[in-house]
Amino acid sequence: MYLESIGKYSLMLKQVFKKPQKRKIFWENFFREIDDLGIKSIGLVGFISFFIGGVVTIQTARNLSNPLIDKLYIGYATFKSIVLEFSPTFISIILAGIVGSYIASTIGTMRISEQIDALDVMGVNSLNYLVLPKVLAALTFYPFLIVISMFLGVLGGWVAGNITGMVLTEDYLKGIRYDFEPFDITYALIKTVVFAFYSHYSLLFRILCKRRFTRSGESQHPSGYLDQCNHNRI
Amino acid sequence: MIEVNNLYKSFDGKPVLKGISAVFETGKTNMIIGRSGSGKTVFVKSILGLIQPDKGTISFDGRVWSNLSLPEQRKIRTEVGVVFQGNALFDSMTIEENIMFPMRMFTQKTKSEMKKRVNEVLEQVSLEGVNNKFPAEISGGMQKRVALARAIVLYPKYLFCDEPNSGLDPKTAIIIDNLIHDLTVRYDTTTIINTHDMNSIMEIGEKIILLKDGHKQWEGNKSQVFFTDNPDLNDFVFSSSLFRKVKELVQKEGKSSF
Repeated sequence: MYLESIGKYSLMLKQVFKKPQKRKIFWENFFREIDDLGIKSIGLVGFISFFIGGVVTIQTARNLSNPLIDKLYIGYATFKSIVLEFSPTFISIILAGIVGSYIASTIGTMRISEQIDALDVMGVNSLNYLVLPKVLAALTFYPFLIVISMFLGVLGGWVAGNITGMVLTEDYLKGIRYDFEPFDITYALIKTVVFAFYSHYSLLFRILCKRRFTRSGESQHPSGYLDQCNHNRI
Repeated sequence: MIEVNNLYKSFDGKPVLKGISAVFETGKTNMIIGRSGSGKTVFVKSILGLIQPDKGTISFDGRVWSNLSLPEQRKIRTEVGVVFQGNALFDSMTIEENIMFPMRMFTQKTKSEMKKRVNEVLEQVSLEGVNNKFPAEISGGMQKRVALARAIVLYPKYLFCDEPNSGLDPKTAIIIDNLIHDLTVRYDTTTIINTHDMNSIMEIGEKIILLKDGHKQWEGNKSQVFFTDNPDLNDFVFSSSLFRKVKELVQKEGKSSF
């Protein structure tokens, strides 16, 4: 069973990463996906990151009330948690949910209304046409989103620390520079790219590959695609 | 010409197609009829390559589908026009973009050449001036005509229509039927229509194949329908009292009357 899935996954991968049939159309789709999957998520990512940064700072400050512990550790803890965990992991999970729903609904609708069949019978490589721009757009743009999330998260922490008076700007800035390891950023971005690839590709695999290889002729209900989306999110 | 030889297909051990053979002639409207669940859609989707048959061969003007490489199969697909039951128009594109799509994918035409061809096919389906509308903004009958326009835009050799009249009123249905017939003659295509609409059968059925439980039960044309004693065909075609009366009348007046 698992071997069969790996086989299908690989076969789909081969079709997806073929050279696009029409380069111009591929780039059009790619930039449309950048807009749909990336640009339109900036607002939400920024909003969540800013407030989470604030919450992390306040919570850390409340737990480091011991006068023997330097205040710079508040900024240090905020920075590390945002850069190493919150932005690359949690924002990616949130994006997988939002973008997953978007992909599941668009591809699911296309499948049900026979638009994917229409692409196939026209001679269009539907996997390449539909999946490649989405996967590449996610891989290209998500690192930017995560960098924005990191910046706004740290900014949110500074704003919250200042407004509440729990941490001074000087201490906060010292904290985020303390023991700074540039590889942390690289590590976070690698994590993002891997997560973006896995989440998008596996969702699309579930939706497209399943019907392609195990097509049984029965009609599919839209809820089936939402199930795929939920499964992917989990 | 499309030749199907001994086609078998089963799902989860349940046979749906049981050795169907048929020849679909060029320049004719070939109709596949049968009750729901008789295997019509699976048969057509097998011919289109959307379903992999278990056994049997399908050849397009001598080119056997299963012997072809993927690029060769894609090449044949560019010669195929399909009108799906639900039209399958891309809802994020305008009518013009929908019709232009196959040309953008498979030709090197300039934008003005493509626009010219779009207007040409829209005129052929009597649907001028809807270029910038979205599929959701036009009626079901108009969508069907747009689907036909998209199907013929690359001068297909083979035209497939899956229940082209479903959801349409009788008058629009006849317009669509006649349009399909006109386009078949004009482009000399091998047209295969999957239907259970009796009006369509009587209107444009130049070759009719009846499927029942995955078998081919009968083959003929629209005038032969009235004079056959095949019980399955009579049961299917003349299930309504109106058609039974029409049959009696036609039989009384003889073959020449139809």
